[in-house]
Amino acid sequence: MVELNQFLILSALLFSIGVIGIFLNRKNVIIILMSIEIILLAVNINLVSFSYFLNDLTGQIFSLFVLTVAAAEAAIGLAILVIYNRNAGSIEIEKINTLKG
Amino acid sequence: MSITLITFYLFSAVLLLSSLMVISTKNPVHSVLFLILAFLNAAGIFVILHAEFLAMILIIVYVGAVAVLFLFVVMMLDFKTSLEKDNILQYMPIGLLIGLVFIAELVIVLINTRLDLSNIQILSNPLDKFIGQSNTEAIGSILYTNYVLYFQLSGVILLVAMIGSIVLTLRDREGVKRQIVSEQVDRKGKIELIDVKSGEGVDI
Repeated sequence: MVELNQFLILSALLFSIGVIGIFLNRKNVIIILMSIEIILLAVNINLVSFSYFLNDLTGQIFSLFVLTVAAAEAAIGLAILVIYNRNAGSIEIEKINTLKG
Repeated sequence: MSITLITFYLFSAVLLLSSLMVISTKNPVHSVLFLILAFLNAAGIFVILHAEFLAMILIIVYVGAVAVLFLFVVMMLDFKTSLEKDNILQYMPIGLLIGLVFIAELVIVLINTRLDLSNIQILSNPLDKFIGQSNTEAIGSILYTNYVLYFQLSGVILLVAMIGSIVLTLRDREGVKRQIVSEQVDRKGKIELIDVKSGEGVDI
């Protein structure tokens, strides 16, 4: 039988891959959005595995809401990306320095 | 090794490999396709965890909607993916350092501790209440009662996201012919009443 720790380690590895993806990628904002999706997927796996091993349904409900917010975030992020690409002509992270931050 | 364990290792191996490919391929289209593969395998993991409804939602919403949205954006926008110089090495050290520290922390903690969940008594929706019901019925029976406020709020979030993305991407283009309904149905000053005398006709 699969234990809880195995699911948690899988989720931790997935989360770390998402974080590394955000740091490594300097070309394409879209890859960063996908890394955020991977991170949210890791969170969902965590919630669902605790829900299963605690015999409690609340984790799955929470996971459903995380899915909703992730879908909304992806839609808004892609819309911002589209208009940024239209205005600036490029979506390379390194060239996005309008705010001089 | 039980079948469940083998399936778990298979799904998680493909999940981790495909998410590594998401962040490492050059071509964004390949990234999106690997993201779809990762979501499918995560759905498999959810089925192992007896969360069938969420697994199907993951396939329908993520693979069917979000990933296809990503695919549309990647394919329709002409990203000038500059393949000129690839300076991934510039950020490799810091990225890998942070990532490895993350992995080390989490995995060390998880390997050394063994969570004992057997005597936790704070369950709010224990599965014993839903014996004989399917996963979907159980989720529905508490989502629409105990969590109805959150359910409606997530609906509002989706509405805001929809309106927001429409407003953001809407633009007025010059020189586009549009229908102006008020002008089209307006008859004032455009029609003329002529009193036609009998036997004479009328000049137009």
